[in-house]
Amino acid sequence: MSIAQTQEAQARPPSPEPLLSIHEVVKRFGKRPVLRGVSLEVASGEFLTILGESGSGKTTLLRLIAGFEQLDGGDIWMAGERLDPMPPYRRPVNTVFQSYALFPHLSVYENVAYGLRAKSAAKTEIPERVTQALAMVKMGDFAQSAPARLSGGQQQRVALARALVNRPRVLLLDEPLSALDANLRRQMQVELKSLQREVGITFIFVTHDQEEAMALSDRIALLREGRLEQVAEPREIYGHPFTAYAAQFIGQTNLLDAEVRDGIANAGAIVWRCFGLPGKIVFSLRPECIRLTVSGSGVDAPDVSIARFRGRIRNQTFGGAMDLLEIDCGNSQVLRARIPSPGPVSGEQDFEFSAKDAVRVRPGGEE
Amino acid sequence: MYSRAYKASVAIPPVLWVTVFLLVPYAILFCYSFWSVSSLQTIVHNWNLQNYLQLVRNPIYLTVLFRSMRIAGAVTLLALFLGYPLAYYLSFHAARRKELLYQLVIIPLWASYLVRGYAWKTILGSDGVLNGFLQYLHITQRPVEFFLYSPFAVVLTLTHIYTPFTFLPIYASLEHVPRNLVEASHDLGASPWATFRRVILPLSIPGVLAGATFAFVLTLGDFLAPLLVGGASGIMISNIVVSLFGAAYNWPLGAAISLCMLLIVVGLLFATERLERRLTLS
Repeated sequence: MSIAQTQEAQARPPSPEPLLSIHEVVKRFGKRPVLRGVSLEVASGEFLTILGESGSGKTTLLRLIAGFEQLDGGDIWMAGERLDPMPPYRRPVNTVFQSYALFPHLSVYENVAYGLRAKSAAKTEIPERVTQALAMVKMGDFAQSAPARLSGGQQQRVALARALVNRPRVLLLDEPLSALDANLRRQMQVELKSLQREVGITFIFVTHDQEEAMALSDRIALLREGRLEQVAEPREIYGHPFTAYAAQFIGQTNLLDAEVRDGIANAGAIVWRCFGLPGKIVFSLRPECIRLTVSGSGVDAPDVSIARFRGRIRNQTFGGAMDLLEIDCGNSQVLRARIPSPGPVSGEQDFEFSAKDAVRVRPGGEE
Repeated sequence: MYSRAYKASVAIPPVLWVTVFLLVPYAILFCYSFWSVSSLQTIVHNWNLQNYLQLVRNPIYLTVLFRSMRIAGAVTLLALFLGYPLAYYLSFHAARRKELLYQLVIIPLWASYLVRGYAWKTILGSDGVLNGFLQYLHITQRPVEFFLYSPFAVVLTLTHIYTPFTFLPIYASLEHVPRNLVEASHDLGASPWATFRRVILPLSIPGVLAGATFAFVLTLGDFLAPLLVGGASGIMISNIVVSLFGAAYNWPLGAAISLCMLLIVVGLLFATERLERRLTLS
């Protein structure tokens, strides 16, 4: 993940003109609503991830863009042209399927050439483009192989080449890495990201894996029960989740129920400075924002921009660079903290966090 | 992993079955085909090739054999042209009507073969349903004779009877075509027609070959339809075998013809097997 994060820092800013506009899209299966009014704009060259749990409607949204499903409401536009009435074979998008869906009766070469032949590309052009596409995914040596003889990762590469060789305006990827084992998966994530930068094609990537989403995406669209919960850059959505759900789904978090009055948030044993509207507010506090402090230091200076609290360590899980602590703060409030390995700690300890790290979220998280 | 006793006891039923119902009868048939019939109508065990020579020399046998193969070929083609679209529609486009239509295709198989044969007799006969209808519409003035007792009637009847046998393997192979391949093809810009030609049809070839083999082999060996609706011009090779084993009492010649048919069928199975391998491994 760390490699991909440094790469993400170099990501080009999305251009302001949206390439793809999804507008108030509604989809039902029978009477069951799957998408309940989803609006989303995707910029040219962007790597957008649609993130959600199974059943959130993310794959359905992708299939609507590809044209495999019909809309029940709303519309989809691409570069000023209405996309949703078009049959899938006329849309300038290509899909990488979760199960690869390579044609078993065709060689790797013919699989990749399929789209070019279907659109009757110039005969002289086909071998060159197929060879180029296979080289791009490092599968040049397998051109004459049958797909069944390839490993999962190799099939995945062929599926990528088969889609990219057509130079689609948008590439749709439906959980393409979910069938791979963890190591290969990380490797493919890095390759996928650099490939996307290389070809400059807009990627719309569907996954249920929030780490994958954070590692790869320029922006994440978080989908929950057929509605978009939040659409933002990974850092933004992690640092400033709109809702308790977003905070919990993307990374780990502590949810604090606090009473805000007179610029002070009061969550039982913990008090910190908080501007903004008063009332009952839910705050999200990331585990890594909590620090262990030396007992007694600075308690005399009443600095409310730092929240200080005392708690009993219920559990310590060693995690290499960072340990996970479960802190019992009394009032049946348990906070999780991720702390640079402090060595073994136990008993009552002092902790602190910056008031700005406690982020207001709308309530309604997952159970 | 399994003991020898276990393996042996599992193997006994199929070995027994094949021996009793296949190997022994064919061995007997094989012997008979080299014997002959004396003037006193008894079977003489003098080994010779007379039966096979007679088969080649007497034009009646080859004529009827070729006619049988033509009829089998025609039935096969018709069954494919009827069975494939039916199977394709059911598998890909019938949606909620699928179950019902499938049953409708299968139900005729529950009715006795004889009933269906006789039904065609009533339809095609001189005062049959078809002639009655044509005269009612004043399309014909008097009954058309050639509907019944002709190779045409045989082809029609057998096509009706054997199309479900062609339909079933094709339907099974179409049901096994992964639907995401169809989506992938559309996604790559291939129209529905191109998708059919380049993905669905190639992947259903095993079913087509199996269905075609069913229709051809079953038709080639059929003797009831020609008996019911074939007449003199619609006689097929099995009718000759039946009469040789019956009224004519020439079992040796009947055995020889049977073995020739067996060879044709085995050769055909072998050929389709090879064809399938060639077509599916491009």
